[in-house]
Amino acid sequence: MADVKQLAQNQGRPPERPSSHPVTDEEYQKIIELMGREPNSTELAIFSAMWSEHCSYKSSKVHLKRFPTKGEHVVQGPGENAGVVDIGGGWVAVFKIESHNHPSFIEPFQGAATGVGGILRDIFTMGARPVALLNSLRFGPLDVPKNRYLMEQVIAGIAGYGNCMGVPTVGGEIYFNEIYSKNPLVNVFCLGIAKKEEIVTAAAGGVGNPVIYVGSKTGRDGIHGATMASAELGQSEEKRHTVQVGDPFTEKLLLEACLEVMRTGHVIGIQDMGAAGLTSSSSEMAHRGGTGIEIDVSKVPSREPGMTPEEFMISESQERMLLVAKKGKEAEVEAIFKKWDLDIAVIGKVTGDRLLTIKERDRIVAQIPVAALTSEAPVYERPIATPKFQELIQSLNIEAIQEPKSYSEALRTLLASPTIASKEWVYRQYDHMVQTNTVIGPGGDAAVVRIKGTDLALAITVDGNSTYCLLNPYYGGAIAIAEAARNLVCVGAKPIALSDCLNFGNPERPETMWSFALCVEGMSEACDQFKIPVVSGNVSLYNETRGLGIYPTPIVGVIGLIEGMKEPLTAGFKRTNETIVLIGDTLEELGGSEYLKLLHSQERGYPPMLHFEKEKGVQRAVLTAAREGILSSAHDCSEGGLAVALAESCILSPASVGAMIALDPGTIRADACLFGESQSRIVVSVPEKHLPRLKALIEEASVPYSVLGTTGGNSLDIRLEGREPSIHLSVSEMKEVYSKGLKKYFD
Amino acid sequence: MRFGIVVFPGSNCDHDCRYVTEGLLKEPTALIWHKETTLPDIDALIIPGGFSYGDYLRAGAIARFSPVMRAVVDFAAKGGFVLGICNGFQILVESGLLPGALRRNRSLKFICKSVFVRVENHRTPFTSLYQPGQVLSLPIAHAEGNYYIDESGLARLKERNQIVFRYVTKEGALSDDANPNGSIDHIAGLCNEAGNVLGMMPHPERVADPLLGGEDGMKLFESLRRRGTLAAKEQPAYSNPRV
Repeated sequence: MADVKQLAQNQGRPPERPSSHPVTDEEYQKIIELMGREPNSTELAIFSAMWSEHCSYKSSKVHLKRFPTKGEHVVQGPGENAGVVDIGGGWVAVFKIESHNHPSFIEPFQGAATGVGGILRDIFTMGARPVALLNSLRFGPLDVPKNRYLMEQVIAGIAGYGNCMGVPTVGGEIYFNEIYSKNPLVNVFCLGIAKKEEIVTAAAGGVGNPVIYVGSKTGRDGIHGATMASAELGQSEEKRHTVQVGDPFTEKLLLEACLEVMRTGHVIGIQDMGAAGLTSSSSEMAHRGGTGIEIDVSKVPSREPGMTPEEFMISESQERMLLVAKKGKEAEVEAIFKKWDLDIAVIGKVTGDRLLTIKERDRIVAQIPVAALTSEAPVYERPIATPKFQELIQSLNIEAIQEPKSYSEALRTLLASPTIASKEWVYRQYDHMVQTNTVIGPGGDAAVVRIKGTDLALAITVDGNSTYCLLNPYYGGAIAIAEAARNLVCVGAKPIALSDCLNFGNPERPETMWSFALCVEGMSEACDQFKIPVVSGNVSLYNETRGLGIYPTPIVGVIGLIEGMKEPLTAGFKRTNETIVLIGDTLEELGGSEYLKLLHSQERGYPPMLHFEKEKGVQRAVLTAAREGILSSAHDCSEGGLAVALAESCILSPASVGAMIALDPGTIRADACLFGESQSRIVVSVPEKHLPRLKALIEEASVPYSVLGTTGGNSLDIRLEGREPSIHLSVSEMKEVYSKGLKKYFD
Repeated sequence: MRFGIVVFPGSNCDHDCRYVTEGLLKEPTALIWHKETTLPDIDALIIPGGFSYGDYLRAGAIARFSPVMRAVVDFAAKGGFVLGICNGFQILVESGLLPGALRRNRSLKFICKSVFVRVENHRTPFTSLYQPGQVLSLPIAHAEGNYYIDESGLARLKERNQIVFRYVTKEGALSDDANPNGSIDHIAGLCNEAGNVLGMMPHPERVADPLLGGEDGMKLFESLRRRGTLAAKEQPAYSNPRV
């Protein structure tokens, strides 16, 4: 046991509470209460890291409880390194999405690279082999050189890490908006698979069991990373020392060695050292195990001499793991890590006292009850207030919006905008084929990876529309999930579970918490409605620089299951003379659309409505049709509306098949009919002989539909009944515009 | 036919290759750890893609010094079939089993996409089941695939018919646009003078399974199996591809 008096004497005088260890006055008082004394400087550093927003979720916790987390497939919900769902055949899928926003603004290459490294470790620390990576990115407009620099470096960082690891980056999404110029977002998603019995969790069990450190040596990089990520940014250059440097080669060794050691059955628990490094991994493992952990920092492999205990405890050096093994099996565990040329050291043991005890050789330098760092950490119910501007931005005088002079030109403009245009320039840099499982790669509605030796495949998509969330956080949140699920259905997959990354501004602003609470509510309602439980996730707050925050940006990563994987279903038209059907209907909804933003410079109005019953019906009809194999293509209508969806089905057509479309807008404005973003719409093409069956399925689902036209020709022709002019663009021209929209900024 | 696949710590296409040789071709396949100094009894050896030792230096520059490479060089010298794919090609070049060098792509970026290559020499043990001049769709995934060799070296390659694959258009024509990385003379793959060592940047193992959108790579492994099976029955183990 520690001598509390000795600890207090060690510090000599009350700590000065350096600015690098931020805790509020109230939090400091709470620390004293929990400790029964003043903390010393090392202890304060540990508290400051563990009680940071990033590690403690103190502002978001009360809201996150709303998420449904249970369901037929769920094996492991939130609270572990990643969520786990049963996908049949003895297999489980392990996945999570996480942010690395702040580091990526400060040092984009390493920030993004280590984001990928961190999410990979979260997956293989569960005993699963990572099989797919995706990412969701937000940048400012590309005509600003700094934004191009950030994007180019972020992409290079993601590519450099994932490619070297041999984990394919199979998909993602990117939006551009001025609001992200000072706060780019980098969210990374990883999916792993394992046999159900291979799953290992992160609990430190068994008093006396050795606590083992493996992986890279600890250095001074990434110190205060967690606290940096829990504050607004000022001058980004000042914070560069808080960003870690990635080493994907070591991570690859760590991956193989960890999976090998876990198969021995000698591992009780294992956790990656992510934010707050050794501190969070040790205290969280002890917390889950209902135990204590004692660590001697002098035994930690170090990169440089003279590191203090405090630096050891909060360093965020990458590619490190903490594991608890069965006592007596140390030599066998060590042999495996030595085979992979990795550092390994027994640095402590599991104790029964529920304390985190940090020693430097014989001297105790910190001792804190584990609960004080975990379950007793502060939880805030932050004040909530509707933003003053909310009513204003939700209002839209549609009468004042002029119809475009040329609808063809409007479509060209949309196809050329970086948010909608092809992301090929980006995913060319990602190895999306390694592991030879990629049935559908980047560029479609969702990616699909098969599981070798089975007829199972998993579809994955990441999604989120922050303009909708700005205008109506509830529907914005719900639509993120509806659209992600719709994307999965378009490749023939049944959505089964979700991971979320909630990117918001400063939680101390009541307006931020208003949008946060509503987003979570909308997402939760959608999860309930679609029966998609949340199994893992991450919250990133303080995405503000000098008082300017981002739009509320919840990103969801949803996985879907395909049983009996045969022909992949994709978005491009396949053959001529097939019938094009719109499942769902188009309302006069222009609010929050890309069309309004790009052609009328307005980000306002009410976002499209979401009717859960209609959405479920549309998805049910398409999923059944996809499973029966009667569809030739399926594509969701999203940004840019029906016209862009049709154009993309031509552009993505392997044979460059065009389409002849006749639309009856009825009483709706022509621009809303073409470019409005009404939800719950999927465009499919179907051979004549299967049309009756498709109609029967749609009618069974009681959802509206319309036959739009037929595939064929080498252009997209859209005629609006009783209106002039219409759209006429050749497929080759659309391909050109679409392929260059983003790429041109980097040539 | 027995395949061996060298596993460097940073190899990441080792299992993809094994899936083709063992899973699809149903041939016994041994994974050979880079710290081994001898090879098991095999007929053909694959050096797979990946980042052998991280490739923070020039790709493959460290791998050539690994313990297993001496055994690989011996195996090749005795006429064993050696196939280096992507990083494996880089390692073969670094270790001197193939001439020339692989520089960074002219775009200075990693490129992953399907490209078209033309079979320039169908008389190698690796290409015998392809038609002469056949155009294949194969994926590439590399940052350093820009093949270079000096003028006399190039003349020598041509004279000895060592250029096995060239980047071409879909129609099979040579064009600068169809050359993804800037390789000299559009070279995508080449063999040694004896013809038993092939290095190539494209990944044939990624298009061996129809579910993944192509099968153009499968015949390369089938060619190798056919030759290996023949070689097991007859002597010599290989023959000059010029014959």
